[in-house]
Amino acid sequence: MATHAGTHDDHDAKPGFAQRWLFATNHKDIGTMYLVFSLIMFFIGGSMAMIIRAELFEPGLQLVQPYFFNEMTTMHALIMIFGAVMPAFVGLANWMVPLMVGAPDMALPRMNNWSFWILPFAFVLLLSTLFMPGGAPAAGWVMYPPLVLQGGDSIAFMIFAIHLMGISSIMGAINIIATILNLRAPGMDLLKMPLFVWTWLITAFLLIAVMPVLAGAVTMLLTDKFFGTSFFNAAGGGDPLLYQHIFWFFGHPEVYIMILPAFGIISEIIPTFSRKPLFGYKPMVYATASIAFLSFTVWAHHMFTVGLPLGGLLFFMYATMLISVPTGVKVFNWVTTMWKGSLTFETPMLFAVAFVILFTIGGFSGVMLALVPADFQYHNTYFVVAHFHYVLVSGAVFGIMAGTYYWIPKWTGHMYSERWGKIHFWNSVIAVNVLFFPQHFLGLAGMPRRIPDYNVAFADWNMVSSIGGFWFGLSQLIFVGNIIYTVYFARQKASARVWEGARGLEWTVPSPAPHHTFEVPPVILPGMLAHDDVSH
Amino acid sequence: MEVKPSIARGSTRRVLIPALTVCAGMFLFGFALVPLYRLVCTHVLGIRVDDAPSAAAVSAVDRARTVTVQLMGHVHSDLRWQFAPEQSQLRVHPGALTVAWFSASNGTAQALTGHAVPSIAPSQAALYFNKVECFCFTDQTLKAGESRRMPVRFAVDPQLPRSISTITLAYTFYENPLAAGTATVAAAPAG
Ligand SMILES: [Cu+2]
Repeated sequence: MATHAGTHDDHDAKPGFAQRWLFATNHKDIGTMYLVFSLIMFFIGGSMAMIIRAELFEPGLQLVQPYFFNEMTTMHALIMIFGAVMPAFVGLANWMVPLMVGAPDMALPRMNNWSFWILPFAFVLLLSTLFMPGGAPAAGWVMYPPLVLQGGDSIAFMIFAIHLMGISSIMGAINIIATILNLRAPGMDLLKMPLFVWTWLITAFLLIAVMPVLAGAVTMLLTDKFFGTSFFNAAGGGDPLLYQHIFWFFGHPEVYIMILPAFGIISEIIPTFSRKPLFGYKPMVYATASIAFLSFTVWAHHMFTVGLPLGGLLFFMYATMLISVPTGVKVFNWVTTMWKGSLTFETPMLFAVAFVILFTIGGFSGVMLALVPADFQYHNTYFVVAHFHYVLVSGAVFGIMAGTYYWIPKWTGHMYSERWGKIHFWNSVIAVNVLFFPQHFLGLAGMPRRIPDYNVAFADWNMVSSIGGFWFGLSQLIFVGNIIYTVYFARQKASARVWEGARGLEWTVPSPAPHHTFEVPPVILPGMLAHDDVSH
Repeated sequence: MEVKPSIARGSTRRVLIPALTVCAGMFLFGFALVPLYRLVCTHVLGIRVDDAPSAAAVSAVDRARTVTVQLMGHVHSDLRWQFAPEQSQLRVHPGALTVAWFSASNGTAQALTGHAVPSIAPSQAALYFNKVECFCFTDQTLKAGESRRMPVRFAVDPQLPRSISTITLAYTFYENPLAAGTATVAAAPAG
């Protein structure tokens, strides 16, 4: 890639391919590898989604066997969560956190190399199960026993893959914490850090707190399956419900791991294109921290129908609804930042505005699901599928795309095609609603999730949803095309600041960002940071 | 703004050690949830986890009462197996954990997968008939010529209405062609 022809680059000119990428310790190279890896996984997971939507295009079984359909739903989720969304955020953190806090690199560069290079191995393990006798894991990404334990030996591969992904995420998180706490430039106080840095700091704490819990849960599955323990086996004195408690103790914070960095990206983009400082910087930081804290107290809202005592139902219902308060603060602050700003709508801003609107729709259906009596109706229906795809696709994924368009001029030194960016945006934003909005209706009408065939009563909306699905899938080819164009073919050079309203240290280095930046810590001048005019 | 000349590098170790400690602690916490779950349920929430059917059966056996459990085994015509209970009936005390054995054999020259579907008569008794472990929970695959003894572990709830003195537990084994096809289906990635 011709992206690092910077001025500080001469002392390690032209390392070999393996030297540069296999043994990479540079945060920008590793960030690039994470982002490319995540894009590949996005398309692998996406093609599984295409198989799912193709089978659901009409009632009846047309294309795949039910068991293979279950493999697809399971693998789609595992790949999108652990392969696409999380590595994309780690990639963005690798690229941007050192630039934003004025650090020369990540604090632990060699560990950084490890945490990336573990991932391809983990996903080769996971994907190889598709070609094994007995097939890939098919019990859903939540891996509930006893069902998951009835799968073939491929679940051992899935469990080891999850262990590896966990180790990778934990090392990535420790690295980010160490970078933020230790390598900030003088004058970059904690409460002056850009919000993307803040949200990642908090996400990293969530990661080191819950990934080990997931590792423990899947380890117990492994020993139950292969070594005769009975953690979750009723016949041996265990309890399958216990698994759900442990899994969701990880699982709920995990959903914030997948959304908080997107909150950070949006909090960078909206002020830039509103040409105003972020409204309520400190409340944003506190809201993020309280969302993270509360996320540990709500896990059983995934288990309302298992027969919890009334007190438990009420506690988890109220705690869950409480989270909508800090989340509401964030949405309010984004909207207020735009209020009376000099708005322009370049592609990153379009994605950011769509994020605010569509994520809020996902938030509303989340509040509906938090209501115990309503949840008894919605549980395990397509309503749940619609809800979490609104927050994960038009939330997390749109956040990643917004960030990519926003920072790619800084990474490559060239402007992406604004015209094709807008075409990509409008196709994505319409298609994503055609794809997921009808799933609300299907769920309310009672269509269960994870089924390859359904009652003919659900036929129409499923067909609409599938059309939206293919449309959304194809639209993403525009995204890839635009990225390839920007990296290899674009002519229009990007200035250091790139965007008129952009503020922060990352915009003070040239575009493309040289291979080594801030080897001498930057001097932070008044007005240089987006948040230095925050009153204390 | 006054700027210090050197970068404010703290020691990485000061971050690394606490972070790894948190990781190790949370890994152990996952396992600590096993006993904690039991403690919280029993002592805080008042749910008697140990009142699951198996434990209840051991603790509260109603010796004064005897119920007859009749066992039956059928095979659906598509599945060419022999399948029958080892005893046609058992006399059990409500609450007592009991094991009944069935045996199945595959006389054909190919491996076959079947799935047993239970049914309980009279139907009011179904609510009080707790199967703790059963061969009907999973698919059963028998290789060509293979025979197998299969247990069902159950307890009759002492709350069983007085009017019921005989319960019939009947299994029908159906062929599961889908399961037999699983290996081939999954091996071909496009399904
Ligand atoms: Cu949750």
